[in-house]
Amino acid sequence: MPNDDAKKPDELSGVSRREFLKISSISVAVPLVAGPQMVMAAGEEVPVYGPGKVPIELTINGKKAKLEVEPRVTLLDALRDSLDITGAKRVCDRGECGACTVMIDNKTVYACSMLAIEAQGKQITTVESLMQGGKLHPIQQAFVDHDASQCGFCTPGFVVSCKAFLDKHPHPSPDDIRRGLSGNLCRCGTYAGIREVIAQAARRGA
Amino acid sequence: MPEYQWPAAEQRTLIGKRISRVDSPEKVSGQAKYTYDVKRPGMLFGMMVRSPYANCKVVSVDTSAAEKMPGVKAIHVVQAPGTQVHWQGDEVVAVAAVDERTAEDAVRAIKVQYQQMPHLVSDAEPPAGSAEEQGPLSEDDIGDMLDNQVPARQMVEQIEKYGLTFKPTEDMLNDAKGNGATDDILQALRSATVHEGTPAKPKSFYQKAAAVTQGDPDQAFSQAATVSEGLYGIPVITHCCLESHGSTSEWPADDKLFVHISTQNVSGIPAQMAEPLKIPASNIRVHQDHVGGGFGSKFSPDRWGIVTAELSKKAGGKPVRLMLERDTELKVAGARPSAYARVKVGAAKDGTVVAWQSQSWGTGGPGGGGMPPIPYVFNIPNQRKEHTAIRNNIGPARAWRAPNHPQAAVLTMCAMEDLAAKMNMDPLEFFQKNLGITGPRAKTYGEELTIAADLMGWKQKWHPRPQNATGVVRGVGLSLHTWGGRGHNSDCDLTIQPDGSVQIKMGSQDLGTGTRTCIMIVAADTLGIPLESVNLLIGDTMYPPSGGSGGSTTIGGVSSSTRRAAVDARDALFAKVAPALNAQPTDLECVNGTVRVKGDTSKSLTWKQACAKLGAMPLTVRGKNPDRTKPPDLTNSGVGGVQMAEAEVDTETGMVRVTKMVAVQDCGLIIDLKTAESQCLGALIMGISYALFEEKVMDPTTGRMLNSDMEFYRLAGLSDIPELVVRMMTGKGYDERGVIGLGEPPVISPGAAISNAVANAIGVRVPFLPLTPDRVLKALEQKAGA
Repeated sequence: MPNDDAKKPDELSGVSRREFLKISSISVAVPLVAGPQMVMAAGEEVPVYGPGKVPIELTINGKKAKLEVEPRVTLLDALRDSLDITGAKRVCDRGECGACTVMIDNKTVYACSMLAIEAQGKQITTVESLMQGGKLHPIQQAFVDHDASQCGFCTPGFVVSCKAFLDKHPHPSPDDIRRGLSGNLCRCGTYAGIREVIAQAARRGA
Repeated sequence: MPEYQWPAAEQRTLIGKRISRVDSPEKVSGQAKYTYDVKRPGMLFGMMVRSPYANCKVVSVDTSAAEKMPGVKAIHVVQAPGTQVHWQGDEVVAVAAVDERTAEDAVRAIKVQYQQMPHLVSDAEPPAGSAEEQGPLSEDDIGDMLDNQVPARQMVEQIEKYGLTFKPTEDMLNDAKGNGATDDILQALRSATVHEGTPAKPKSFYQKAAAVTQGDPDQAFSQAATVSEGLYGIPVITHCCLESHGSTSEWPADDKLFVHISTQNVSGIPAQMAEPLKIPASNIRVHQDHVGGGFGSKFSPDRWGIVTAELSKKAGGKPVRLMLERDTELKVAGARPSAYARVKVGAAKDGTVVAWQSQSWGTGGPGGGGMPPIPYVFNIPNQRKEHTAIRNNIGPARAWRAPNHPQAAVLTMCAMEDLAAKMNMDPLEFFQKNLGITGPRAKTYGEELTIAADLMGWKQKWHPRPQNATGVVRGVGLSLHTWGGRGHNSDCDLTIQPDGSVQIKMGSQDLGTGTRTCIMIVAADTLGIPLESVNLLIGDTMYPPSGGSGGSTTIGGVSSSTRRAAVDARDALFAKVAPALNAQPTDLECVNGTVRVKGDTSKSLTWKQACAKLGAMPLTVRGKNPDRTKPPDLTNSGVGGVQMAEAEVDTETGMVRVTKMVAVQDCGLIIDLKTAESQCLGALIMGISYALFEEKVMDPTTGRMLNSDMEFYRLAGLSDIPELVVRMMTGKGYDERGVIGLGEPPVISPGAAISNAVANAIGVRVPFLPLTPDRVLKALEQKAGA
């Protein structure tokens, strides 16, 4: 990747380090609980939050929720601790295991690795939305049929990952499955069942 | 007293079938609430200041800055100045605050000074002659053992064997009790030989833990046709439960405690919290709906569990939650002891194994640890064994599925396979040849070996070890294992209401093994009603006590007591219903939602109609298993299993890939075939994980764990999992033994089977697990240089 190497890191992020430091120093002056203040950074208006609690609005499973969180709070902690939406689990808390997988604007995201304030204005979809009218989504039903959960702590993350994966790859090859579901880990050892889930859902065209 | 038995095969409607677990819908929809998910009103968040050093003394603690921080509600010093800390990450000061970020800030504001002391975190081979005999135990030794969670049985053994340097006073015994000493330990302390005036020996890191001789090993080796010598080992690994350890405690009244805890041992928690908190155990209520993994590491409330109660008390009784962060979980909340050995094993010309010699060592942290049961499965007639326990600062050991058996399997099965290779024998034939010394499960192993070989395609795949392995090569390996697994005590109350609804209450827990499902299967099968109509309540100390879920004792325990309760309730119901059907109670049966006269279907009531005969009051019976001193009836002990692995090795990169695994397992009568197979599949996957990837890596200089996250403490992922074949041994010869546990057995053999497959592929033994590329390349290099 010689081209990337030739670039300076500052140019890659869109915000230069000097400008970032400026933003940080401005943010310190912002009072507790206030809307974002806008500053110019890299020629764009950038909102500055915090450092105290700030009011934010999240759109989760189609519903809007208002809450107050410190800017350093992750989307995962906001979901779990502020809104009591606990399907996404906190396991590694640093983007290694996938137990907190949610979808943001139809892309899977580790909710532990995104700040709650960053998730504003986006469509957040959690595992709780998949069951409709008391009926399991076909992928969830396949998890039941193939006994693809044991302790179940990794399961919600896997369900969301499988759903997103099958949306993209309705007819996956074994190689697709190996690669596409490598972002989630299980300790009890339910991978054999999860492979069957994908096979069943793919056959049904879920 | 009626005799209890399981229904005959043709009468089983649900038992032994493939039934989907009842709590799956909750889990797949994200509705299942784990301890980590419980949010109590006004809940505070707990966090700990933890020791950065592996061996140090707490010199001073300054909490003044943290106390002044807004949002900080309680601070509790866990280890006061003067206390010695034996591992990195041990608890020193706890705080509770209105939210987690505030708690984190408070932890940073607390100043602790430590005096560092020399540490040992290595479990490398002890220097020759370094192992010391333990002398009489001092008061400090006993305190250290309790602090370091040395298992009760091991403590009792040591107290009996070595005696004490002091005469324990009642005050000392009370302190010990408060510190977690069981009645067995207290009894041992009371009756121990006292060597007063003997100075406590300065403690060596290395302790002689066992020296055993059986038969005449020297003569047997001198007469053996072939003797093979090798080095084998399996490192310390962690439990890495996805739901970390932790709890939420609150005081609804001054002397009443309510605890949500992630545990394998709901009924056993109050007794462990009562002493340190100085309240009656009966004032403590414990609740848990689901647990995100335990694997042997979640039987105790742990020091951090007691701390949540202390913090809550200081915060006026408000709920305090403290769940371990991932790095702490990997550092302090569970480690499987390591085991290494230099093994010499000899066989007669016909392949009969005649002699075993081993110098083994390993660490279980500060407590040292014992010798694994080697030689495993094969009771070789002539043996000499010595074991050195390394007492070091890697953190305390905990039971990890099938304690000491995976270690024993690696040390034994790998040495046996090396011996077979040296004799140019197919290890399958070699193992078959020696089944005579495997004890009561010999016939089971024989049947299982034949089936496993067929499922693996062993005859086509096995080849003698290659002289020079180049490119990508494949090989196969096998291993045998055994376990007890008799059911534990497990009381339950089964109630039939006059409207026909059925409820069971039991203080058990479902670890994800299918316990809920199995209890409901047994009750529904016995009462002839649909599975869904059984309302099961578990996971609370409000229900009758049920044993901890460890040692594969749960399925035998819960299925037996449920069967007893259901049979008694059914018979009581028959007595009420018989007059209406103009029959004797003994002539009745309940089948398919009806209560009817056997052989006369015209005389029949629906289940609901029959239950209406109870009158106004419900019928409740207590299911209780017989005392363990009596021979078991519905449960049993002792299983045998065979596993085979096929592995592919890239000799240029050292990468190992498992390409197929076969598990053939017996566990007596199976309640739910689907969840039983899942236990085996899961165990194979966990086995691949520890065979190829897992190791708790310690830094000798700083004494810290280097891979306390899930990127560098690697678990197997979906892409590491090959074709897995599981065959449960059922039917005649197996079912009639009764229900036997399955949690431990299938996780014992994978490490040995995979190591043997790699040796068969590349022609040389990779001595230690995990079979990482560097170790494979080193073994290949040494072979090339030899």
